[in-house]
Parts: sequence; C-alpha cells; structure tokens
Amino acid sequence: VLSLTLQPRCKIIRFILIQNRAGKTRLAKWYMQFDDDEKQKLIEEVHAVVTVRDAKHTNFVEFRNFKIIYRRYAGLYFCICVDVTDNNLAYLEAIHNFVEVLNEYFHNVCELDLVFNFYKVYTVVDEMFLAGEIRETSQTKVLKQLLMLQSLE
Amino acid sequence: MPAVSKGDGMRGLAVFISDIRNCKSKEAEIKRINKELANIRSKFKGDKALDGYSKKKYVCKLLFIFLLGHDIDFGHMEAVNLLSSNKYTEKQIGYLFISVLVNSNSELIRLINNAIKNDLSSRNPTFMCLALHCIANVGSREMAEAFAGEIPRILVAGDTMDSVKQSAALCLLRLYKTSPDLVLMGEWTSRVVHLLNDQHMGVVTAAISLITCLSQKNPDEFKTCVSLAVSRLSRIVSSASTDLQDYTYYFVPAPWLSCKLLRLLQCYPPPEDGAVKGRLVECLETILNKAQEPPKSKKVQHSNAKNAILFEAISLIIHYDSEPNLLVRACNQLGQFLQHRETNLRYLALESMCTLASSEFSHEAVKTHIETVINALKTERDVSVRQRAADLLYAMCDRSNAKQIVAEMLSYLETADYSIREEMVLKVAILAEKYAVDYSWYVDTILNLIRIAGDYVSEEVWYRVIQIVINRDDVQGYAAKTVFEALQAPACHENMVKVGGYILGEFGNLIAGDPRSSPLVQFNLLHSKFHLCSVPTRALLLSAYIKFINLFPETKSTIQEVLRSDSQIRNSDVELQQRAVEYLKLSSIASTDVLATVLEEMPPFPERESSILAKLKKKKGPGAVSVNELEEGKREGGELNGGGERGGDSSTSAVGSTPSPSADLLGLRAGPPVTAAAPSAGSLLVDVFSEAGVNDDGFLRFVCKNNGVLFENQLLQIGIKSEYRQNLGRMYLFYGNKTSVQFVTFTTTLNVQAKPVEPLIEGGAQVQQVINIECLTDFSDAPLLNIKFRYGGALQNLTLKLPVTINKFFQPTEMASHDFFQRWKQLSLPQQEAQKIFKANHAMDTEVLKAKLLGLGMALLENVDPNPENFVCAGVIQTKAQQVGSLLRLEPNAQAQMYRLTVRSSKDTVSKRLCELLAEQF
Repeated sequence: VLSLTLQPRCKIIRFILIQNRAGKTRLAKWYMQFDDDEKQKLIEEVHAVVTVRDAKHTNFVEFRNFKIIYRRYAGLYFCICVDVTDNNLAYLEAIHNFVEVLNEYFHNVCELDLVFNFYKVYTVVDEMFLAGEIRETSQTKVLKQLLMLQSLE
Repeated sequence: MPAVSKGDGMRGLAVFISDIRNCKSKEAEIKRINKELANIRSKFKGDKALDGYSKKKYVCKLLFIFLLGHDIDFGHMEAVNLLSSNKYTEKQIGYLFISVLVNSNSELIRLINNAIKNDLSSRNPTFMCLALHCIANVGSREMAEAFAGEIPRILVAGDTMDSVKQSAALCLLRLYKTSPDLVLMGEWTSRVVHLLNDQHMGVVTAAISLITCLSQKNPDEFKTCVSLAVSRLSRIVSSASTDLQDYTYYFVPAPWLSCKLLRLLQCYPPPEDGAVKGRLVECLETILNKAQEPPKSKKVQHSNAKNAILFEAISLIIHYDSEPNLLVRACNQLGQFLQHRETNLRYLALESMCTLASSEFSHEAVKTHIETVINALKTERDVSVRQRAADLLYAMCDRSNAKQIVAEMLSYLETADYSIREEMVLKVAILAEKYAVDYSWYVDTILNLIRIAGDYVSEEVWYRVIQIVINRDDVQGYAAKTVFEALQAPACHENMVKVGGYILGEFGNLIAGDPRSSPLVQFNLLHSKFHLCSVPTRALLLSAYIKFINLFPETKSTIQEVLRSDSQIRNSDVELQQRAVEYLKLSSIASTDVLATVLEEMPPFPERESSILAKLKKKKGPGAVSVNELEEGKREGGELNGGGERGGDSSTSAVGSTPSPSADLLGLRAGPPVTAAAPSAGSLLVDVFSEAGVNDDGFLRFVCKNNGVLFENQLLQIGIKSEYRQNLGRMYLFYGNKTSVQFVTFTTTLNVQAKPVEPLIEGGAQVQQVINIECLTDFSDAPLLNIKFRYGGALQNLTLKLPVTINKFFQPTEMASHDFFQRWKQLSLPQQEAQKIFKANHAMDTEVLKAKLLGLGMALLENVDPNPENFVCAGVIQTKAQQVGSLLRLEPNAQAQMYRLTVRSSKDTVSKRLCELLAEQF
C-alpha cells in the first residue's frame, strides 16, 4: 500500500547562472544535459526574464516548466533554475549563502574576481552544490576547505 | 581570512584575460583569440616537453576561450594528462576542462576513467573529491558502468572522510538518475539510510538528497528513514539558535537540512507508529509557533530561512491532509502573510493557500480571506502575484461565492495582462458552468466574457456555451434574447457573431414574436456583421441563414436574394461558394417537409467532460487542476459535432484520432465520414490473437449496447461510448483514475494502430482516447487493448477485449412478411444457418428482449412470424469487402425457460459468430 501513494520524481537544480546586467555570463553551471545552442538560448531567455523585473517584484519567476529563483547583487544577477514545486525561500537563501562565501573568499568580491578567477568559482560551486543538490551549507566549513585547497600547489 | 588576489597563480592567464577585456571590438577579440590559439597549438606541438605549470596555464586559457563562446578542437589530451599530475592545481584544471567540455571520444573516456580510478583509490581526500565531482558533473553512462559499484562502498566505509562522503552521496545520486539500472543499493541500503544519523551535518545534508531520490523509487526498502528523519528534525527544531554553530544561518538552526528532512517525509504517508507521529506533530507545531515569535534578527535572511522551513512544513501538513488542527493553523499563518510587506511572502502565501483550498479541512478557512485575495488581484504590482491571486480565487470558489468571484475575475479581465488573459477566460468559463445555479447567469457570464476578452475566448469556450444552450431548453429563449441584444453593439467581437449566428439560427423563433426582434430584424442584424467576419464565421452565418428560411418562411426571399448575389454565389472561397449554391438550391427545390427535416433543431449533445476543463488542464500541465474540481465537474454537453471530420483527413486504416471540430456547427456538411482504404486489407483489424489473462468480463455486455463501463477495479474505470455507421465506427474510451494519485507512463496498445493516449492521468481525472474503426471484412475475434501504467511504484498491466463485434455494423432492413420468408428460404444451404438452443439467463420479458434485439442493430420485424411470441429481425452487415445479409429468428419457450435462436446469413462465419454472441445475451 505504501508504494501506491507516492509520486516518484527526483527534483534537482537545473542550472545556476551568474550574469551581469548587459547579459554577459559570469558563471554557467548546468546540471542537466543541454546542447550548446540550447544553453545559449536559455542564457538569453533568463536574462530577458530577469532584468525587466524591479525591486518590488518577487525573487521568483516562472520559466518554461520551471522557475527561476534569483537575486541581484550590484550589477550581477544570481539565478537558480529549479522545479516549480521546489522551496523558493530555501533556494533564495542558498544564493545568498553562496554569495557570502564568494565575498569572504575573494575579500569583497566584485565582478572582475569572477572573470579572472573563473576556474576557482567552479570549485566554490562544487563545494556548495553538487549534482544539482545542496552539498554543504556551512560557510565556515566551505571556507576552511577552500583555504586548504588554496594552500595546495 | 586571506583573500585571493586577481588571477594569482597564473600570470599569463591574467594577462590574456586583460587583453581580451581591452579589445575594442569583436574583430579585435577574435584576432587576439586566434593569435593565442596559434600560440597554444605550437606549444602543444613543440618538441620541447611542457612542464605541468605551462600545460595547466594553456589548458585553462583554452577553457576560457571556450567559455567565451568559441569552439575548441584541441587540448583534450593535454587536459587528460593533467589528471595524472600529483599537483592539486594541475589536476583541478584538468578535471574542470573535462567537466565543461565533455567529449564522448571513447579513447579519451578510457583514459579519463583510468585517472579517476587512480584518484578514487588514492586515499587522498582532495583527489577523491575532485574525481567524484568530475563523475557527478559528467554523469555519463560509461562512468556509471565504471564506478557505480565502487562509490557506495566509499560512501559507507568507516574510514572515509566526511567531505568525501558528501561528494560520494551526491555523485551516486547523479549516477542513479542517469543510469538507475547500474546503481544497485541492495546491501548498502540500511547503512545509507543511517547516514541520517551522521554526526556531521554536511554529510546528512548531502546524503538526504540521495535518500529522498532512492525512497521515491523504492519506498518500502527505505521506509526506516521516516523515523530517523523525524528524530533528526526534532533535534534541530528544538535546538537553540546557536546550538548548531556552523549550521546556524542568521539565528536559524540548519534551515536547508530542515527543509530537506521535511521534503523527505513528503515521500511517505503519515508515520504509523504513534510515538513517531506524535513527535513529528510536535515538530510541526513548534515550527508554526516559531512563526509567531518575534524575529531574532531584522535581516531578511533570518526571516527567509525561518519561513523556508515554515513553508516546507506547511507542504507536509497539506501532503498528510489529515490533521485538521494543523491545516487550519497553517491557513491562518498564510493569511497573515497575505498582507505582509514582503512581496515574496505574499506570493508564496497565495500559492500555498491554493493547495490548502482543496483540502476539506481548510477550504472554509481559506475562504475567509476572499476580500484580501480580491484586493491582491486588483492592486499587486507584480503580475505573477496577481496570477497567484487569480489561481487562489479559482481554487477557493464554490457555490457560495461563485457569483462574487466570477464577477471580480470578469472585471479584472478588462485590465488584465495579456499574458494571463486566456487562462483567466478559461477559468471564468469553467467556474460559470460549474457553479451555475440558473443558466441565464451562465449565459450572461459567457457573453460578457466574449465582450470583454473576445480575442482570448478560445473555441472550446464558445462551443461550450452553445452545447449547454442546446442541451437545456429552459435557457434557450433567454440566450436568444441576450445574444440578440449583445449583437446590437456597433463593434462586437467575431466570437459573439459566431455564438449569435448559431443561437439565432436554432432558437431565433423564440424571440421572433417581439416586433423589435422580428425574423427580418434578426437577419439584418446578423447580416450587418457578415462582411467584417472571417471565412469560417461567414460559413457559419450562411448556415444560420438557411436555418432562418426554415424557421421563418417570410425571410426566404430576402435570404435567397443574399445567397444569389455575386459576392456569395461567386465567392472566391470554395467553401462559401459551395454553401451559397447548395443552400440556395435547397431552399428553392426542397419541400417544406424536407427542409424541416434537414434543418431540424440540433439534437442534444452527448454528455462528456467539459472540453474547456480539458483545455485548461492541457494549458497548465498535469497537476494544475485539483482532484476536487474534476470530481465535481459536470459531465454534460459534449464536443460539438458537425462537420468536424470530413473525408480523408481523419483516419487511416482501422484507427485514427478525431480532428477538432471545425466552425461548421450546424452539421449540415456532415456526410458519412469517409475513411481511407486500409493498407492491409484482409481480415478485419489485422491480426487478432487471444492471449491468456485477457479480461473479457465486460465484453459481452456490449453486444447489444454501445455505451457503458467496460472495466472497473479499485484503481481504474474504463468507460466506452461508441457509434457506428455503415462499416465505420468510432469508439471513445474514457480512462478514469479513481485514486487521488497520478498514473504515470500510461500507455495503451491496441493490436492495431492507435493514437497514443495522454501518458499521465492525474488523480481523480479522466483522459479520453478516440479510436476510429473500419470494418474491412467480417470477423470473429475482438481487438485487444493492452493498458499499462504506473501507479505509485507498481506497474499495472491489463488486457481487455474491445467490444467491437460484427453486429455493430448492421444496417437494419425493414421488410414485409412475404419478403422475409422468401429470403429465409434463399439462405437454405446448411452452412448458412447457425442454430442454438439455450437456457434463459434472464427473465423472459418481452420488452427487454425487444430492446436487446434493437440494440443488436437489426430491424425488428413486426407481424412477420405467424407466432406472435417469436421475434424476427433482418439486417445487412456492412463491411468494406462486402455486405452480408442476415436474418434472425428467436423463439422463446416460457414454460421451459429456453430459447431457440436461428441465424441465417449469406456468409457462414457470420451466422456462426452472431449465434455465439447472441446466445449469451438472453
């Protein structure tokens, strides 16, 4: 009887995007298979959807069959694409948690840090999100690990 | 904490990135990139072996170039070489390159897998994590094959570092998603579940995602996770805001882990163990209580984290739908959020209340917020919030507040955003129909809808109002009057003209007594719109005109005049021209009787699920329509018939699917549907075979009737409606989900071709499948329908005989006594006759017998048999190949409670089959 009351479905983050206001991608992390054209299209669509919204709007926007949870920091938009039934506020704060880690790691992070250290940003992402799921949420733990890696040659 | 300086580590890379940023034009950038690519290529090809650092730097530059959007066609081998470096930074760049530029080159995959293998067995946690992250990022089949066996071992090994466990858990999750067949938990299950007890919160955070996914697929094997999750949650919820140190976020203990725990619990029904359940209810109460406490911080991060848990808890409460107290508390909490200054919270409260509205325990509590929600619909700045408000109004609507809600939605429609108008229109139409107490209100609402948002009124909506008006004679006069008034507006929407044309064509006579709406006034009003309309509407109007000629002979000459004008009879559109010509001819040569028969009022439409509801479901996707409304949804009216399926375009061979009805509602064009020739002429419906386990309980009940329930068990109900004409038939199969859980991967296969059915049936919902049938030649075996779907985890498989029997293709033949016996004698070859003597299974009631014989499809001939107790019937079976004349005689013997049945046909197989079928019926 137990098995009959379930709706089997695994939900994950579909992608994480960091874009600036002009639409330049500063990070694109994909957790689903997309081909390059699709990725480009998604990047453009997300930019179009998110940049027209103002501060009075919600931080959530329906996007195709999914939703984008986003937050703007100065000129950068941090966007996470999740399933429509996923927890909006949990992902909104996951973005903030991630941004605080970046800020600490890069010491007042700015857009240029993400450009010049793009390969390190991937490491930060993988510490905090993996396989489309939240991997680690403790800032202390993540930063400790990042500094340890930093000290390695 | 020391910060990272710009581009530290690789100076050359930083210089290159600066150069690119300084490029003034796209051309300059491309030039710089090409120069760099040439440089890197020469380095890679050079005689001098590159050191690790240079290799890393160049691979990283290539990666940067790729991320700028340029193709990279070399460097993969160098990246793979980096994997075997024993320096972290070099390895990291190698793995990153592989993860971003996945390449299915088999040669490389082998090398990559080899490197991963080495790192996994290195016992160096940093290297292990790099390798695991690479697998998790790429997640290819080849990697699953290579590592799916190894990773569970790493995950549960006692000596594995915490960070490696975290990565291993999620890596396994990724492999399970891409290749579930390769990930066999088996012996590891219990140890994986017990990771919920791990001391390290990060390990729990990662492992719970894996456990959630696995328990969705194998709930029974993982059900011990429920009590573990409850106790973990309980410890977090009851901890003080600083207890969890690293895992406290803005004074909220472990918000993400709490959410994940609550989500895992949503995979299961409420715990059966009373103690566990009590503990869980306590947790949920604590979470609700905390929402009322003063915030520990003014920061939005604090309230967001707290509310993330609260909303997840409410989702669980709704999922259980069994604790009235909690449901009402949840509703009150959300009610407070409806007026919160944070737009996010207002949005989420509206969204969450939508699901609460469908619970019987909280529906009334939700309704108390109607004014706030209406206000939100009117004043919210963000369209997505207004959309949620509209959704909630729709969800909370019932008979008590339908008029208010529909009125508010209509007035909102006047200014609604274009993006949501169509959906709003559908919702208004559905609510108006569902909660109509008097149908004049319904008609008013739909006509208002067309007036306000005509462009967004889809075909389904205006078809539906016509269906309902046709099927209810108490509203026809009112509808005619209202639509007549609506047409007076100088600019009225084309959809209004369509409805007007149709309704006045059918029921204009009901208002013709009033001189202000005399037949000619009606006609002139309609015709004044004619020239502004599109071709389909004009076609409809022409049909309305010919109906007018029948309803009001006094309009005949005026209308004939119009039909005769060059703009009609020589219209460049073939359809319009043909109608004008045919209607003109019809009106001039047909007698009043013929005209009255041809142009008779439309018969009521067959009862069916509202096509609008179907449309809304399609628009919103599965899950958008709640179970409740489907159960309540009226099942009357039906798709408009008429010229929908015309020759050729509908079906090929035995099975096809229905095209949507055209605008030709009057049904004048509906000739017999012509079906294209079957490619495999031969036996009917291709190869029909019988297999063990075929369920034919329902089959025989359909020999003498066409509609009913074919099959029903505790999960599924299959209803059938069918109609036959000549050698053609159409069968509607209705698959009703009797449970509250969706059926997924729902497929049906017929041992002939069938159009696929919707693969998913929501709980409580019904989907329809149409099968077009052509009888090619006579047959004995019925087509088999195989139905497969997943309900919860379990695969359901069912094979049914479709009740298509040879007698469905009977054309009744009336004949006199003399003719009957003459033909009876002509069919005197022994093999042409089949006879059965059998015991009565049912009471021998004459009227019932007559009804059954009529249902058989033959003509029941009176005064033919000298013995009035006997029944004789005649009919011709229409197949594509031939016609088979059949005669039947049924002789009841009331004393013996026996029948003798004799069938004679021009074809022996038919006699035999008819006899078999009928022997079971009486």
